[in-house]
Amino acid sequence: MRRELPLAICFIMGIIMTVQFFIPHRHSQWLFDNMLKWLIIVLTFAMILGIGNLVKLHIQKVQRRRRDWLYSIVALFGISASLITGFGWGIEADSPFMVLYNYIQIPMQATMFSLLAFYIASAAFRTFRARTLEATLLLVAAVIVMLGRVPLESIVGRWLPDLAEWILDYPNMAAKRGIMIGIGLGAISTALKIILGIERSWLGGGD
Amino acid sequence: MKKLSLAFATLLLLGAAAFAAAEEAAPAVTARDAPNDAGGTVEITWPASPLEKEEGFKGYEVQRRAEGEEVFVTIGELLAGEVVHQDQEAEDGVPYEYRVRALTSESAPVVLGVSTAKASGQWFNTARSNALIGVVFTSFVIIFFIFRAKGGAELFVRKIAGLDAVEDAIGRATEMGKPILFVSGLADASEIATIAAMTILGKVARKTAEYETPLIVPCYDPIVMIVEKEIVRQAYTEAGKPDAFDEDSVFFVTQSQFGYVAAVDGIMLREKPATCFYMGAFFAESLILAETGADTGAIQIAGTDRVTQLPFFITACDYTLMGEELYAATAYLGRDPLFLGSLKGQDWSKAAIMLALIVGTIFLIISTDLGLWFAKLFETSAS
Repeated sequence: MRRELPLAICFIMGIIMTVQFFIPHRHSQWLFDNMLKWLIIVLTFAMILGIGNLVKLHIQKVQRRRRDWLYSIVALFGISASLITGFGWGIEADSPFMVLYNYIQIPMQATMFSLLAFYIASAAFRTFRARTLEATLLLVAAVIVMLGRVPLESIVGRWLPDLAEWILDYPNMAAKRGIMIGIGLGAISTALKIILGIERSWLGGGD
Repeated sequence: MKKLSLAFATLLLLGAAAFAAAEEAAPAVTARDAPNDAGGTVEITWPASPLEKEEGFKGYEVQRRAEGEEVFVTIGELLAGEVVHQDQEAEDGVPYEYRVRALTSESAPVVLGVSTAKASGQWFNTARSNALIGVVFTSFVIIFFIFRAKGGAELFVRKIAGLDAVEDAIGRATEMGKPILFVSGLADASEIATIAAMTILGKVARKTAEYETPLIVPCYDPIVMIVEKEIVRQAYTEAGKPDAFDEDSVFFVTQSQFGYVAAVDGIMLREKPATCFYMGAFFAESLILAETGADTGAIQIAGTDRVTQLPFFITACDYTLMGEELYAATAYLGRDPLFLGSLKGQDWSKAAIMLALIVGTIFLIISTDLGLWFAKLFETSAS
């Protein structure tokens, strides 16, 4: 029963939601909207489980004095500070929670995101070393596309941006669409396997 | 002769009258139920008024009144050139009369016409008929090959280097005595890519259990964490080593995109895993993760269905599963005939799409109209 019931629910809901996609009527829309609401409710409860797991893990790390346990204290302090300020003073614009969010979390996230610029440079350097024919072609295409985006029209003429556009619109788009067709078919196939109960990994492994 | 002239003149008069009547009958304003909608919407269209060219033209006014009501109520005001309006406040089944007026500063509003319509919801979206045919066809082909495989038919699957490397990568970590890091993307459990990643995790965990190699699975989504914990536990049980399963090896990190990246990067730099797997849906963080992994010297195998992230993984990882190869992992690693059958079905559906592309290209070469007509058959509505 532990496996049969989820499989039966999955099959019935899979069929209903597939049919729903083709019915624009308001009753069908009502069903879809309610499914989304249920999903949000389930996700909220799952979040409690997630936070519980995180807290348990870090408390154990501190208790057992595992390697880098001091970082766990910082993590636990961060979680507690967010919870106390959020529940204590609310989440209005100037509340302590928003101060923590705006002046600590957002700058830290922006710092991580800005690392991307440096990683793109290092990855490009590695990839564009013209050691093989493919790498050389990639290098040439990349240089054309990059220069095509720079306003050099008055110096080199229209041909460079046009060539860059052509590379993006034809060879690049053709390859992208080929991959996307494969992804679409793969998604249908996987969804079908899940609905029919052939693919059961989402149940937590085993047959 | 006189009679003939008279008859001819009568015919001309009749023809002119009929033409005039037809011209008069041509509706200036057309109101109709919006097609393929949930209901509650009426679409009103009208031809551009010649008054638009005159000085002082202000725009159009769309008015409505329900059956039995005396007064028209304005429901929309549009600028010159706008000739379509949707009334999204209509009640299903109630007949409404719609009136469009041209507004000028020079004179009183000029009524362009009146039309009546009722709103209603549809039970089938005809704009998605082709999608339905496509889904039914693909599903039929896949199911057909699943049954063929079940019947014992031999099915060939081409080599996928990224999947062949999985065992070697696990072996390398075992030899080096270092852990394996498995990142299953930043999407929730309803994403097909995440489900594919979970399947691969099951196979990887089975091997790590056999070799007793430590496995680290930081999760972005709490539901994914719960499912993956069960998957890894089951894999260790199946490998006959349930005691080797570390409850804390699968854990939730955060649902903040870059917070998650910072945590995983930290794990990579501290634990120095010998092998990193990135399977599932990834976004802007893909390169940050993969480059950090490359810096630590780990063997990296990535797989994603996000086309925009593929170049980053190809650049920074040793092996990359592109799009459908990620979904093919279950069949490839498990060699289960049922899964292999579904792969074959996908291939045949792809062959059908290639055939349609060739036919479309030939049609387009023969005639532009024919080619465009053929392309229109594949257009579908997203909403």
